[in-house]
Amino acid sequence: MNDIRPTRLPRTDARFPGLRRRGFLAATSGAVGLGALALAGCSSSGSTDTAAKGGGKPQRGGRLRAAFAGGGASETLDPHASNLFADVARAKALFDKLADYGADLSAQPRLASGWEAGAGLDRWKVTLRKATFHDGKPVTAQDVLYSYRRITDPKRAFRAKADLEPVDLEASRALDERTVEFVLKRPTAGFPNVLAAFGAYIVPEGAEQFDRKPVGSGPFRFVSFAPGKSAVFRRNTDYWDGAPHLDELEIVVANEESARVNALLGGQVEYAHELNPTTGRAHEGKGQIEILRLRNSGMQAFAMKTDRKPFDDRRIREAFFLIADREELVQGALSGAGEIGNDLFGKGYEYYADGLPQREQDLDRARSLLKKAGAEDLTVTLDTSPVAAGFPEAASIFRDQAAKAGVTIKVRTGSKDSYWTDILDSGTLCSYRSGAMPIETHLSQRLLTASTTNATHWRHKDFDALYQQAQSTKDTGQRTAVYQRMQRRLYAEGGFLIWGFADWIIGTARTVRGVETDAPANSLDWARFDKVWLA
Amino acid sequence: MSGLTAWTARRLLLGAAQTAAVVLLVFALTEALPGDAAVALAGDQPDPARIAVIRESMGLDRPALERLADWTSGLLHGDLGTSLASGRPVSTYIADGFGPTLLLATLTVLLLVPLSVGLGVLAARHEGRLADRLVSSVTLGLYAVPEFACGVLLITVFAIRLQWLPPTAVGYGTELIAHPAALVLPVLVLLSRPVCTLARLVRAGMIDALAAPYAAQARRYGISGARVRYAHALPNAVTPATQQLARTIDWLLSGVIVVEALFVIPGLGTVLINAVAERDIPVVQGLAVVFGVLTVVLNTGADLVARRFAPRGEVAA
Repeated sequence: MNDIRPTRLPRTDARFPGLRRRGFLAATSGAVGLGALALAGCSSSGSTDTAAKGGGKPQRGGRLRAAFAGGGASETLDPHASNLFADVARAKALFDKLADYGADLSAQPRLASGWEAGAGLDRWKVTLRKATFHDGKPVTAQDVLYSYRRITDPKRAFRAKADLEPVDLEASRALDERTVEFVLKRPTAGFPNVLAAFGAYIVPEGAEQFDRKPVGSGPFRFVSFAPGKSAVFRRNTDYWDGAPHLDELEIVVANEESARVNALLGGQVEYAHELNPTTGRAHEGKGQIEILRLRNSGMQAFAMKTDRKPFDDRRIREAFFLIADREELVQGALSGAGEIGNDLFGKGYEYYADGLPQREQDLDRARSLLKKAGAEDLTVTLDTSPVAAGFPEAASIFRDQAAKAGVTIKVRTGSKDSYWTDILDSGTLCSYRSGAMPIETHLSQRLLTASTTNATHWRHKDFDALYQQAQSTKDTGQRTAVYQRMQRRLYAEGGFLIWGFADWIIGTARTVRGVETDAPANSLDWARFDKVWLA
Repeated sequence: MSGLTAWTARRLLLGAAQTAAVVLLVFALTEALPGDAAVALAGDQPDPARIAVIRESMGLDRPALERLADWTSGLLHGDLGTSLASGRPVSTYIADGFGPTLLLATLTVLLLVPLSVGLGVLAARHEGRLADRLVSSVTLGLYAVPEFACGVLLITVFAIRLQWLPPTAVGYGTELIAHPAALVLPVLVLLSRPVCTLARLVRAGMIDALAAPYAAQARRYGISGARVRYAHALPNAVTPATQQLARTIDWLLSGVIVVEALFVIPGLGTVLINAVAERDIPVVQGLAVVFGVLTVVLNTGADLVARRFAPRGEVAA
């Protein structure tokens, strides 16, 4: 679940995958494994949709103002403390990571020009490209080690700390100016994902203060920052990936969705992040503004606790998979802005098992499974909360669907401020959702015995062993086979009833070009303003 | 005048006690909310180990009473504490949020007083006739429109359709004064409801006052109608309105959350909402103190003014 929770006014909360309360991106956790990269938020992976791209030859100049939901006076420019979508957008303008996620959530080289694993997959040599910080100093291996040590400082709680857990920073060292040798605690085939982890930005050695005059290696230089209000950046002409087209970028904060839309319509901003489906429909194709949909962003699910009654019986879990009318859930709870799921996380991402048949509603089979399990008059409590938009709606739709199979669902609405903690260990069935992250991260954070946010209480030694096997497998084809095997098992008897994937909706002025739509939130091309221009 | 001094001192003392009570109550209520700052910060990745680290680094693992004692002793030294979420001093949160809120409140009050008194007097002078009926029904109707709806409507018409005014103050931050056009719609929304209550109170007070024996007596002395109205009747008529005005100012200063959210004005209301959602208790407490003190001072001031205008009014302390 990763969330991002922007605003707090309940009224607005009714939007999309949660993103609406102040957005903490959730990252983290996963002490196990790999890079737990949690990225947060709803994100999306998208497939291309509208037309903001293209639009001819890039032009230089101008200031783009982008509105995000933010965190008010507590916001910081410390890239390691990033929590919100707005934080990430700002961090991305000023800083770089060694790697970042592509559209399929696989790691793409950024500051690292490449990486090479040792035979045992527990030593990785990472080469840095030639890049300089805004003060003219080169980005060196020492800066990388300093940044990672800062993130993993045991006295702090930076989000990427858990993602960097596989790295033994004591033993890791700089081989030369631009080569780092990372020593890992165990074989980790997914190590590049660690480099792309949410919040794992590279800052200059010794940097501690970021609100005054942050120095990064990113495409924009710092101009000014007022927490909760506005951050202004100027193009970095020396950027290693090519100078941005824009002269200036301003990131402004408006928590209310209607305020972001109005500012966009009124010409006060040129880019508005996180719009809700009704806004999207109202303005799509009307010519006033462009609506972009980042498809397949937020995973929408119900989580069954597999270690307790009634869901410790896999026949009952399967019956629940068959009760769901996914299309109706997408139409009702997501206002149609999304697509149906197949009980597996990460549709379209690297390693996704797309060969499995799409699950359809089958009430007869569900009833017979329930009968075989001796649970014909089953009554279950479904925990939900307005913590993410669509949750209460999905819960009541599912309650009605279950009634047709003879299952009584009682919907219980909990506090949205402590929801994620509350559902972790209590209850049996709950509303759940997640932002984009690599599939292996989803597995390591939520589905291993030692996972710290294992909401389905899925704990199987053989499943853990498969995961370790995948991480120790150098050959991509073989590794994919192992991941698919794990997914087939989840599809057959897992605890996540993943019924849909929500679109992420962005609005831009008609003059804005070059916005990538095939970009889940928190992936490289999402909120990436160095490739955007004003026509 | 010594009676008045004693009365004022008593009022202020009572006010201090009320403020302390408000702060304690706020502390207790925030403690009672499910989840603390660590849980709120962890969001949907509630890794228990991370929550424990956050909790420890915030000092949330200490007993509530100890934290309250620390905070109170800091307060006595004028230190409002530091935010749990950002580590910045609470006073900067309040100082930053106060500017925009104060600006909006001042502008609103500057327009509100003449407008509502004018409308009230106008309606009272034409009691029962067209002007009165017009004023009365428009104010009643306007009062029924919630601020959010009113704001959305004004934005749609004046900002999006006609494009006369900017729809929000996004990105202007605290330098609102440099963008006066962005203030027009928020001030209109803020005015919309108070102007109705005040105008109706002034109208009712004015009708009573003009019908009172002293007004008739004044007229018999041959004093001009305008003088009777403004020098004799109005002071009595505005007494209840003064107290309502104090409550309105208080409401404006406490941050008008809806208006701030709709127009993206980073005032006290925004600070409060963020702080509550983050369970940022020091910030919530700091705001509670400020709001408590403001309420007490404003109401005391209003009572003083009311006593001055209508000494026989036996204004309740």
